[in-house]
Amino acid sequence: MAVASLKNLKNLNDGRMPKRKKKVNSPWGGFFFVLPSIIAMAIFVYGMIGWTVRYSFSNRTSAWKKDMSFAGMARYTELLQDPEFTHAFSNLLKFTIVFMIGTLISGLIMALLLEKGIRGEGFFRSTYLYPMAISFIAMGTSWRWLMDSAKGDRATGLNLIFDRIGLGFLENTWYTSIKGSMFAMALPAIWQMSGYVMALFLAGFRGIPDDLREAARVDGASEFKIYRHILFPQLSPTFLTILIILGHISMKVFDLIYGIASKGYVTKVLAIYMWQVIFDFQNYAKGAAIAIVILLMIAVVVIPYLIYVNKTEEAK
Amino acid sequence: MLKKSKLVVALAAVALVASTAPAAPAAGSLEIFTWWASGGEAAGLEGMTTEFTKQNPDTEFVNAAVAGAAGTNAKGVLVSRMEAGNPPDTFQAHAGAELSSYVKAKQIEDLTSLYKSEGWDKVFPADLIKTLTTKGKIYSVPVNIHRANVLWWNPAAAKKAGITSAPTSLDGMIADLAKFKKAGIDGIALAGQGDWAIAHLFDYVLLASMGPDKFNGLWNGKTKWNKKDVKTAIKKFAKILSYGNSSKSLDWPDAGKLVTEGKAGYFIMGDWASSQWQSEGLKLGKDYTWAPGPGTSGIYQWLSDSFTLPVGAPNREAGIAWLKVAGSLAGQDAFNPKKGSIAVRTDSDPKLYDSYLKAAMKSWKVDRLVGSTVHGVNYGNAGMSAYNSVVGKFYAGNAKDKKGFAKGLVAAYKTNKAA
Repeated sequence: MAVASLKNLKNLNDGRMPKRKKKVNSPWGGFFFVLPSIIAMAIFVYGMIGWTVRYSFSNRTSAWKKDMSFAGMARYTELLQDPEFTHAFSNLLKFTIVFMIGTLISGLIMALLLEKGIRGEGFFRSTYLYPMAISFIAMGTSWRWLMDSAKGDRATGLNLIFDRIGLGFLENTWYTSIKGSMFAMALPAIWQMSGYVMALFLAGFRGIPDDLREAARVDGASEFKIYRHILFPQLSPTFLTILIILGHISMKVFDLIYGIASKGYVTKVLAIYMWQVIFDFQNYAKGAAIAIVILLMIAVVVIPYLIYVNKTEEAK
Repeated sequence: MLKKSKLVVALAAVALVASTAPAAPAAGSLEIFTWWASGGEAAGLEGMTTEFTKQNPDTEFVNAAVAGAAGTNAKGVLVSRMEAGNPPDTFQAHAGAELSSYVKAKQIEDLTSLYKSEGWDKVFPADLIKTLTTKGKIYSVPVNIHRANVLWWNPAAAKKAGITSAPTSLDGMIADLAKFKKAGIDGIALAGQGDWAIAHLFDYVLLASMGPDKFNGLWNGKTKWNKKDVKTAIKKFAKILSYGNSSKSLDWPDAGKLVTEGKAGYFIMGDWASSQWQSEGLKLGKDYTWAPGPGTSGIYQWLSDSFTLPVGAPNREAGIAWLKVAGSLAGQDAFNPKKGSIAVRTDSDPKLYDSYLKAAMKSWKVDRLVGSTVHGVNYGNAGMSAYNSVVGKFYAGNAKDKKGFAKGLVAAYKTNKAA
């Protein structure tokens, strides 16, 4: 069918144009084309979410207790009283905050530097973007070496660099101390994602017509004022997009942390704890409840954004 | 026309991919699930495989290995396969309580009759058979024995610290740690990566500090976790940790390297450390040496890899044939010298093994047998994971929160009972 319509396209003359348009616009034709993906989504995304929700309300709390009876909110109240869960939850919040602020700032600075159209921009752009091409697991392994917590003459990785360049006081225990663990853990994530944020900001800057800047300059605005009052306000959709992308990456974080510290207690986040509860404890109901908590956290971030996007598109 | 033929080619390609995809293994094959994928472990498995194909030339051998992390990754895959009703013909698991969740879920078969027909009930040590038996039934066939309570050290570094012989008590060991420190060497090598190796050390300290009877009572509720004995052990454990290396993120091979390079004094680790070092070209007796964990001589804290027969195995016959090889003298002697462990059978030939393993074989026959918690003997998967996590938390907090640690250990015991 696709082949036939292609042939038609070639033989088209002006008189036949409206006919073709009608065909494409017919609601049933369009529906037919998206049907496979609708079915796949219905089963593998929404069906599975429904199934997970069902599990989280059940009594299926171990491998041998095949008890799917309705338990109400029992699994969720269990989570609230579980110190491991609250520990993982607060770790995730710390990670998210540090990661998002860090990535935004460093991405913005890089974008500002490149935005002026310096020489070799293409080179810098790809250099900054490059970390994104590395998988979290491979990166985790190398950052585990870099962030080794040994000090003094036993130091390796970053601590050794600090030691050698006379900044010994900066040596620290990285992700192995209870207080600082998530700050250290956010470092590799920032390193990886800031290039991407830079690219998004850069695209945002390039989307603003030069006339506006010129007009502002003619009116005698300083460079700082141009950014503050002309450019940044126009970047707010870009800014929002970046927040959403970073936010949902951060909530789901698993591989980076597993790659660096495996299932270690100090750096445990929700996704790691969920994995442990499902596969080690085989407490399927509780694991499903943790999965739903993660899903809700992401939904809180993403759904308002989708509503906003839909509204602005309708307005257009 | 051209496009049509392209479509056909594409369809054919899809069909080809679909038909070669590893769906259910064909009849006459044995699918075995292990986490042995490299080094001595893989070599040992290959030895046993050769023995299997010699006896069963018509059965194709399919190795579904999932590498890494002392089997924690493999367990994740296995759990989902078992839950989906798609088990392999046999899978590797630590012998002991680690199997309890499979037993309770009725996912593995009772093998007691195989023990009788193959005579394993006579050649495996009685203490071991007792531990393997739950409610009169045995569910797995152990292929090897590792010892967990071994003290490793470097003779040259010890000489520098003025230590000439291994300590014989826990307190003696702590005194030695101070001597190492004085000589500018870290007292003990600690591997903080993933918590389990620190929990392994704690497991030894518990055993050495309270003795085997009370230690065994911890896992069945006869010894209380919130009493004085555990508190004393925690105090000693904290003292030992204070002499450790400053990096808290080492994997166990890296921590072991501190010892063989003379940067750390003692190392409490299972005897797989020895085969690791030998594969790096180090010599037993010269570059490193061993002693029973101080205060636990005459006690063999064991762990064992074993194979099972899942309920609903696609090729049950092949699974049973594999178990027979795994328990046989030929199978165990093909596997163990390469893996760096000793045979479960007491009639194995000592000539095949190195000097450490020969000594271990002697102890295995006469010592009191006690299980390892971190390696699946005393706790099921849930309890084990909780135990590791609690020790990891204590270690991460610089061994300060002794009360919280004791509470966590009680909670881990409860987690194990509930799972």
